[in-house]
Amino acid sequence: MFSLNGIEHRYGATPVVRVEAWAAGAGEHWLLAGASGSGKTTLLHILAGLTTPASGTVIVGGTDLGTLSGAARDRWRGRSVGIVPQRLHLVGALDVRDNLRLARYLAGLPDDPDRVRDLLDAVGVADLARRYPRALSQGQAQRVAIARAVVNRPALVLADEPTANLDDAHAARALELLRTQALANGAVLVVASHDARVRPLLPHVYALPLRPETLAARGVAA
Amino acid sequence: MNVFRIAFAYARRRPLATVLNVALLALGVATITLVMLLSRELEQRLVREATGIDLVVGAKGSPLQLVLAGVYHADVPPGNVPLAAVALLGQHPLVRQVIPMALGDSYRGFRIVGTEPAFIAHYGAAVAQGGVWAAPMEAVLGSEAARASGLAVGASFTGSHGLAEGGGDHGETPYRVVGVLAPTGRVIDRLVLTGMDSVWKVHEHHDGDEDRDANAGADPAKPQAVARASPAPEREVTLALVKYRSPVAAASLPRAINTETVLQAASPALESARLFTVFGVGTDVIRGFALLLIGASAFGLFVALAQALDERRYDLAIMRTLGARRGLIVAVLLIESMLLAATGLVAGLLVAHALAANVGSWLPAAAPLAAGARAWHPDEWGIVALALGTGIIATLLPAWRAYRLDVAATLADG
Repeated sequence: MFSLNGIEHRYGATPVVRVEAWAAGAGEHWLLAGASGSGKTTLLHILAGLTTPASGTVIVGGTDLGTLSGAARDRWRGRSVGIVPQRLHLVGALDVRDNLRLARYLAGLPDDPDRVRDLLDAVGVADLARRYPRALSQGQAQRVAIARAVVNRPALVLADEPTANLDDAHAARALELLRTQALANGAVLVVASHDARVRPLLPHVYALPLRPETLAARGVAA
Repeated sequence: MNVFRIAFAYARRRPLATVLNVALLALGVATITLVMLLSRELEQRLVREATGIDLVVGAKGSPLQLVLAGVYHADVPPGNVPLAAVALLGQHPLVRQVIPMALGDSYRGFRIVGTEPAFIAHYGAAVAQGGVWAAPMEAVLGSEAARASGLAVGASFTGSHGLAEGGGDHGETPYRVVGVLAPTGRVIDRLVLTGMDSVWKVHEHHDGDEDRDANAGADPAKPQAVARASPAPEREVTLALVKYRSPVAAASLPRAINTETVLQAASPALESARLFTVFGVGTDVIRGFALLLIGASAFGLFVALAQALDERRYDLAIMRTLGARRGLIVAVLLIESMLLAATGLVAGLLVAHALAANVGSWLPAAAPLAAGARAWHPDEWGIVALALGTGIIATLLPAWRAYRLDVAATLADG
């Protein structure tokens, strides 16, 4: 479903991520493992077309991201990728329901109140539809963020450290929700995490090594 | 969901800053619009009232005073001049027409003008009811004077001495209303017209009472349109409106009158232009202040947007991950500031027009300016452009920063 080949990305002279080859098949659920600073977030951004790697090819769902212009890539991302960012971040000026409608609007998809309602129901926050994000608990906000990530039925769902700061029960529940929603939408799921609790819950693992150059750049002996 | 809704949601989220910026802009727009409406209307009226009057002649003194008294009926005249001198001027080959006027009395603040029927013709006023005076002590009311006093054809009234209310009554010589004029939108609407002989007659009665009248009058500088030695008629008038036979007259006639006769000649066009220059300084100051207010609101808008952008960096980054193009992010900011600018603009224009339309209630002297101030003035498009342009300029820098936003770095910051 996606394949990365010969990816290298650097900030200035410091390489932050290098991937020789990584390919995922349709409907697969992946753990992108690696310690803090190993470039997991950068790699997720590369997969989402938010960051263009210095070299290498990224093909997602048959689209070579390197061939897309900025605006075309924004449009492609809105329809094909659902992102649950590390800090969740819902748009504070809009209520829960409108956060989901916003995702459809920005992707250029028609408004779909039924889809929004069903989805909020499926993630268990139907009664919070008219609440504003500041009135939500961390767990509720995460459910909304997951719903927003899949509202456009993307082919690829990316989650960045979804279990950070969650206790075991909540961490398991968050992972479960991501998996069921990815499954329900037939999407490939990639969860970037350094959390050992996540590993047994996802069948496929791609591990990013912590690069010696990165360590050196941080003043740590390799 | 659409881009307007997003912009509106953001504007609503910061109600205080939003209200402050809208209010500042509205205040600036209202001030500048009001000054513009009233000063343009004033200028137009000054010009309109003077139309067709090439010269005003009267006693020597201030030419501006002569024009104010004779054309705008807004000041007391400098004094009286012999009717003979005015009549002589009427025979000058460069003069087409002379309309003499005898002033001095009023009825409830409306000036009583002793003149000739040619005065009515000059203002193009139609007689709505009754007819024109034929005998002494018959009066014709301008439309506004008739409306405000409630007098109709057949009614009687007595004039009071002086041009303001509160002068001594001429109770022994009442006027009878024989006609009412149709509205013209000019100063004649606020006048009471009669024959010159009526004014002379009124004042014959109290030749010996001048001292008493002077004491009773509200205005010590009040003119006396009085035939001083009554039976021996060395008749006097207060001033006269002069129309040239040819524009050539403007070159020589005023100077000839001023140097060779007892009369003083004043040009309404010159004097009203001079008057407006004096007003102009005041309106320029107010206009400058209004621009300052608009500038302050632009700066407020800029600060609010720049601050909002810092708070919203993450929101904007998220919108980008959801598929928003850079242009859409810029559009949200631009629409938000346009929303505020347009609200302030519309509020300001409405306030200005409401104040101008009701100017009489807060500035009674300016009441006649209200009528013209109701209409949309073409220069207001300039104010529209100014307010919206201000909004756009205030948005440029924040919009540029939003456009350049590094989505990946912003998300990674978290």
